[in-house]
Amino acid sequence: MLNLTEEDKAVLAGANGEAAQVAMRIVVKMGELFGAQELLSVSQAHIDSGIYQGQSGLDFVEMLLAKGARVAVPTSMNVVSLDLERWQHNSRVPQSYATPARRLAEAYLKMGAKPTFTCAPYQQKELTPAFGEQIAWAESNAVAFVNSVIGARTNKYGDFFDICLALTGRAPAYGLHLSENRRGQLLIRLKDIPQALLQADAFYQVLGYLVGRLSGNSIPVIEGIPASVTQDQLKALSAGAASSGTIALFHVIGVTPEAPSLEAAFGGNAPLETIEVDMTQLRQARQELSVNPDGSDQPDVIALGSPHFSLMECRQLAELTEGRKIAPGLEFFVATNRAVYHALEQSGLLAKLSAFGANVTQDTCVVVSPLIAPEAKLLMTNSAKYAYYAPGQLNMPVVFGTLAECVDSAVAGRLVRDDTLWEA
Amino acid sequence: MGSLSTTLTILVEGEATGPIIFSREPLSFWGGFDSQTGEVIDRRHDLMGQPLTGKILVLPGSRGSSSGSGVLLEAIRNRTAPAAIITATPDHILALAAMLAQELYERTVPVAVATPEFFEWAASRSGLIITLAQDGSVKTDEELAGKAGI
Repeated sequence: MLNLTEEDKAVLAGANGEAAQVAMRIVVKMGELFGAQELLSVSQAHIDSGIYQGQSGLDFVEMLLAKGARVAVPTSMNVVSLDLERWQHNSRVPQSYATPARRLAEAYLKMGAKPTFTCAPYQQKELTPAFGEQIAWAESNAVAFVNSVIGARTNKYGDFFDICLALTGRAPAYGLHLSENRRGQLLIRLKDIPQALLQADAFYQVLGYLVGRLSGNSIPVIEGIPASVTQDQLKALSAGAASSGTIALFHVIGVTPEAPSLEAAFGGNAPLETIEVDMTQLRQARQELSVNPDGSDQPDVIALGSPHFSLMECRQLAELTEGRKIAPGLEFFVATNRAVYHALEQSGLLAKLSAFGANVTQDTCVVVSPLIAPEAKLLMTNSAKYAYYAPGQLNMPVVFGTLAECVDSAVAGRLVRDDTLWEA
Repeated sequence: MGSLSTTLTILVEGEATGPIIFSREPLSFWGGFDSQTGEVIDRRHDLMGQPLTGKILVLPGSRGSSSGSGVLLEAIRNRTAPAAIITATPDHILALAAMLAQELYERTVPVAVATPEFFEWAASRSGLIITLAQDGSVKTDEELAGKAGI
């Protein structure tokens, strides 16, 4: 039985206008479906419904807008289906696609959402909630990061429901909003992993993919990651785990805020299961991230930035590409957000990356926008998330590599791989 | 076949009549169902290539991305959706789409939860025309016509 406050009831009766009434009706029905006892207030929302998937998504948001929709809490936008400022620079984005895609993004801005258009909102200070804050976020990697690394509380909210939560500022009190559902269940223990690999960015991409595969519907607790792990590495872990699995929360002993110790991470309970992860499994997982049945060694598209590249990652890329140039006929995409793009422009890094041949885009990425040539044959990426989705969503074979391998391959025009890290 | 005296839990109300189409495999609507043609397009699914339009889909549930809501909503808009969806466990992704369709298009696909008895009963009855009523009761054509079960 869902108990509503007097205020909830008033919104349901239309006190805050028709759009809030529709949104509250859906929040209440879904709350009943989830078996929630009550609704709770959220302090902010992150919206994924701006990705254009068809006319009905546009119908929905324009219906809300016509009824006077305004977000009730600070609301940020996930990626949308095109680079809103430079989509015309890519001839593969047809007008017939750009028109509804832009209308959709603009409709959310008219409701008061911020034009952030990023899948890594947690890397922008003003968008990042505090520990323990109740929030309503969509986008699987962002949900995994914000729950796990920040310790804010959200379920993995999906398209359309996310905007209903933003318009009401209320969410059903269930799942990861509640302390009792945030305890670890499965222990994943890293065993005999060389120090050099524990420092490597690519390790966290592969580990994320593997953790997602191993965890099923359980909340995993990872033991053996050094405290020196970087934010970008935890981002890779979140994105990999949320792609190959359903993970919305994980704990890392000695690293994430709800896991100062094993006891704390499991809430005093024993793990339901313990799995040891060694080099054999990691090498296997690294191989699984490449799906290249024809064994081609000629990547013609390199795609980086899922989740969106941070300024730090762009700097690493600039160092690796200094004085070099991509091979003719090859395309090199770097997806990021407006905040980073503007920083790149100002610092002169954008010019350096462009000189290398990189096509830096904002607001979107190659999976949700038609940026890649339809005739492209082999994608290479340093992102476990791209690698996971490329065969199905882009219908392309894919090779996973480190950032350095991606750059070396782009320059050589053929696959350049270095197995040293993984051989120990 | 005895008459079926089961009442299903209704998540999204509505009345629907159509032939049963059954699967024991969950289906991801995102990437697994074409909202233009109404057909299953997941090559690994046992209903691959089958049209779902106008049928009463009985399956364990959906799986995968929450973008599945958008695909079902688009199908309801295009009138390519199943007539009703009955899942083994409550499916919030599909229920959300059905709720949104009600708000938007003033028509929907009823979504219900099967009892274990109903699920097994439906397993061997693909093609049989049934009616799911507002109250969650399920009747076969013969029962509706006032005839006794066979």
